[in-house]
Amino acid sequence: MELYSLTVHQLRKMLSKGAVSAVEITESVLARIDRVEGRIGAYITLDRDGALAQAAAADREIARSAGGPLAGIPLALKDVACTEGLRTTAGSKILESFIPPYDATMVAKLKDAGAVILGKLSMDEFAMGSANENCAFGTPHNPWALDYVCGGSSGGSAAAVAADECLASIGSDTGGSIRQPASYCGVVGLKPTYGRVSRYGLIAYASSLDQFGPLTKDVRDCAMILQEISGYDQRDSTSVNIGVPDYSAALGKGVKGLKVGIPREYFEEGVAPEVAAAVRNGIDLLKEAGAELVDLSLPHTDYGVAAYYIIAPAEASSNLARYDGVRYGHRTAAPDSLLEMYNQSRSEGFGTEVKRRIMIGTYALSSGYYDAYYKKALQVRTLIINDFKEAFARCDVMVSPVTPGPAWRIGEKNSDPLSVYLTDILTIPANMAGVPGLSLPCGFTGAGLPIGFQIQAPHFGEERLLQTAYALERELGIAGRKPAAL
Amino acid sequence: MEFETVIGLEVHAQLSTDTKIFCGCSTEFGKPANTNTCPLCLGLPGVLPVLNRKAVDYAVKMALATNCRINRTNIFARKNYFYPDLPKGYQISQFDLPIAEHGWVEIEVEGEVKRIGLTRIHLEEDAGKLIHDEREPLSYVDLNRTGTPLIEIVSEPDLRSGEEAAAYLKKLHAIVRYLDICDGNMQEGSFRCDANISLRPKGREEFGTRTELKNMNSFRNVQRAIEYEVRRQRDLLLDGGKVIQQTLLWDPDAGRTSPMRSKEEAHDYRYFPDPDLIPVEISEEWIEKAEKEQPELPDQRKKRFMEELELPAYDAVILTGDRELADYFEAGLGHYRDAKKLSNWIMTELIRELRDREMEITSCPVTPVNLARLLGLIEAGTISGKIAKTVFQEMLASGKDPDIVVKEKNLVQISDEGEILKLVREIVAANPEQVKQFKEGKSKVMGFFVGQLMKETKGKANPKMANQLFIEELNK
Repeated sequence: MELYSLTVHQLRKMLSKGAVSAVEITESVLARIDRVEGRIGAYITLDRDGALAQAAAADREIARSAGGPLAGIPLALKDVACTEGLRTTAGSKILESFIPPYDATMVAKLKDAGAVILGKLSMDEFAMGSANENCAFGTPHNPWALDYVCGGSSGGSAAAVAADECLASIGSDTGGSIRQPASYCGVVGLKPTYGRVSRYGLIAYASSLDQFGPLTKDVRDCAMILQEISGYDQRDSTSVNIGVPDYSAALGKGVKGLKVGIPREYFEEGVAPEVAAAVRNGIDLLKEAGAELVDLSLPHTDYGVAAYYIIAPAEASSNLARYDGVRYGHRTAAPDSLLEMYNQSRSEGFGTEVKRRIMIGTYALSSGYYDAYYKKALQVRTLIINDFKEAFARCDVMVSPVTPGPAWRIGEKNSDPLSVYLTDILTIPANMAGVPGLSLPCGFTGAGLPIGFQIQAPHFGEERLLQTAYALERELGIAGRKPAAL
Repeated sequence: MEFETVIGLEVHAQLSTDTKIFCGCSTEFGKPANTNTCPLCLGLPGVLPVLNRKAVDYAVKMALATNCRINRTNIFARKNYFYPDLPKGYQISQFDLPIAEHGWVEIEVEGEVKRIGLTRIHLEEDAGKLIHDEREPLSYVDLNRTGTPLIEIVSEPDLRSGEEAAAYLKKLHAIVRYLDICDGNMQEGSFRCDANISLRPKGREEFGTRTELKNMNSFRNVQRAIEYEVRRQRDLLLDGGKVIQQTLLWDPDAGRTSPMRSKEEAHDYRYFPDPDLIPVEISEEWIEKAEKEQPELPDQRKKRFMEELELPAYDAVILTGDRELADYFEAGLGHYRDAKKLSNWIMTELIRELRDREMEITSCPVTPVNLARLLGLIEAGTISGKIAKTVFQEMLASGKDPDIVVKEKNLVQISDEGEILKLVREIVAANPEQVKQFKEGKSKVMGFFVGQLMKETKGKANPKMANQLFIEELNK
């Protein structure tokens, strides 16, 4: 068994026994990257020397019985997380040469836990996309079927884990950007409760929706990573000051007596039969394991996408105003005036989808349109929040597909952004409501593409998510399956 | 046609917190460019604002001092526009729910008390500064000022003249100084104002087209600029012209205004609640605490000076218009009981000298205790009022105690009757012509005799005693 193919918890056990060194693990993963990265394209920036130095430092810590819970574990980060001294592009040409002078709080926490940072992973530009086809530095390939998309916007984060190019990764989820690619690439992905993980250092797309979260090979790893990145941060006013429970301790609790809600709107038209069947199978397994099934309705699910595509672009139009060519990032050559500097720098630096969303958002916030669009979207958001409140009064977790269908061929939907937007219909509501959601691999299509199983829980219900996912993962018995394409 | 002037002021006051409103950087003025900055000030990707609650506290104090209604839930909003001194491409400000609304202050112009409405007070962050290279088409950005907390105080269009506007601005200035929430420095721009001015035919309800006036960095310039602009608009309207809505810059040297932008752009700031900041809840306890900490305000102090110290309104208004001046006065009062005499000295000698020297009261070399002692020396007859002015000059120059100045310069008043009488007799004997005139009834020559005596004594003779002795001697 190659070291790179193991899980975080397996390697941590080996490391603490002295059976393997952090440098050996990192070297193994780097060798794996050398072998498959040409076919996957998950990384934007690989920090080979930095990773080896961190691994060596971790070994020294482990040798004196110190080192954190992730000591010596090579991880990789979506390129939306600021890393001190390491280029951070957000997948955009406008930040092609941007090197942050500071670490995101989440990154600092991982470093404190002893993790080795391998590098920065591909993503849709400024996290805007659902297929990772909007990255200025290329589109990564789905490890299960190389001419298929790996999902987005955390496509690189999902592909790298699925291809064993890192032990686990961090993504960010604004409307499904962790769960959807996790589902397409057959890995576990968790979007925590809004406020659970500090957003300080997360290059903002839509501030009221963005959240960092782990993508891992199994549920236990997911709990371990979540443990380290969670917690209140004074630097993020929207982070919530409540204690972080022991997530790993929740894993063995089982689902006996757990009330599992099934929102009927999540199974309606548009869900591919293969996807529906795989998810139904998962639900049956939960029932067999003792869960109590509850039929539910989230009546405003349909409006989620529409409201999301007002709120997120509105916030983005403002969040992305700072990329003006004045202080850092791309600046056009020899502009004749201030206005030309702004216009040209931004025209050259941003890609099509980013421009589209800036336009939508600017329009939605404009005087005369604000009430009809932005304000209305906020009202819809309140209705969605109420849907969730009522649903969670009747159940402990809710289960559903992650996306209506599996991954599609690269380029297949390029001319139809709307059909891509609609693939987020089942993931957006969790962001709108701020509740946590998890994607667990639950099967494959006939063509061999992974299918995801979504579990959602009330605010700060991550333990229940993990407990349910862990139970189902054991019942399904497909964890550890590797893509044949590699 | 008779016109009515309608003026509203927007006043920006930088709050004197040690650190900025959304990060921990220092607000100190005058540091090398871009040294008081951090990733947040620079608008780097990924940074988040964290509210400095002290700034909110200062704004609450201002709201209470100006009779505003405080909104219990405060929302910060983004004001979106592009400018190189605005690193994030938006300013964090307040829009829908500002910290305070519906307040008022009282001003006094020509003996009339008038209440001026405050529409709102809101909190926001200041922008940076652009430094333009004079020789090359180059501009530099200094972000030290970025994020300095500001309150913007918006008045109702209740002001009717430049004088009223200046009085209103002075009142707000006095209040922020009394509350000690702003250093009030108009030259450095920590207290600044824009004016909206329009004219309408007397009796008409509807407002005329307004212009916005900027760059008035003193009370005097606010009044001058407004008066100029009112004249300009009136002349224009009387000529059958139309006022164009535009932003004008006041040029204090030329004494006129000129358009800042030729074409007024219709700004759409696309305000929306800042998702990075949670609403600020201002609790009952918070307000109660601020109320308790509220110092005596200018109006209250004025009232006290008039009622307890029996100062005339004129004195009370001037003394209390400046917190430091009033503090100075009261510090002196602890050592000299006659409030009116002390007030006279401060309002004439002291204020004039400070103005001539372009000096602040706080850096005045004459301490209030020393001024009080000086007046004490006059009262005790140690020096005359005239000599006191000489002593005062020396105190201003050297900062010395009046007693020491008097001793060193040998200025003690001669009150020895024998000594003065000796000199009086000598002078009378030496000037028979003037004695003759006096005896003929020309009492004016008394001035000549006293003058001679003062010349002999270098002004130190007790003038009262001198007068008395001359009368006695000449009537012999």
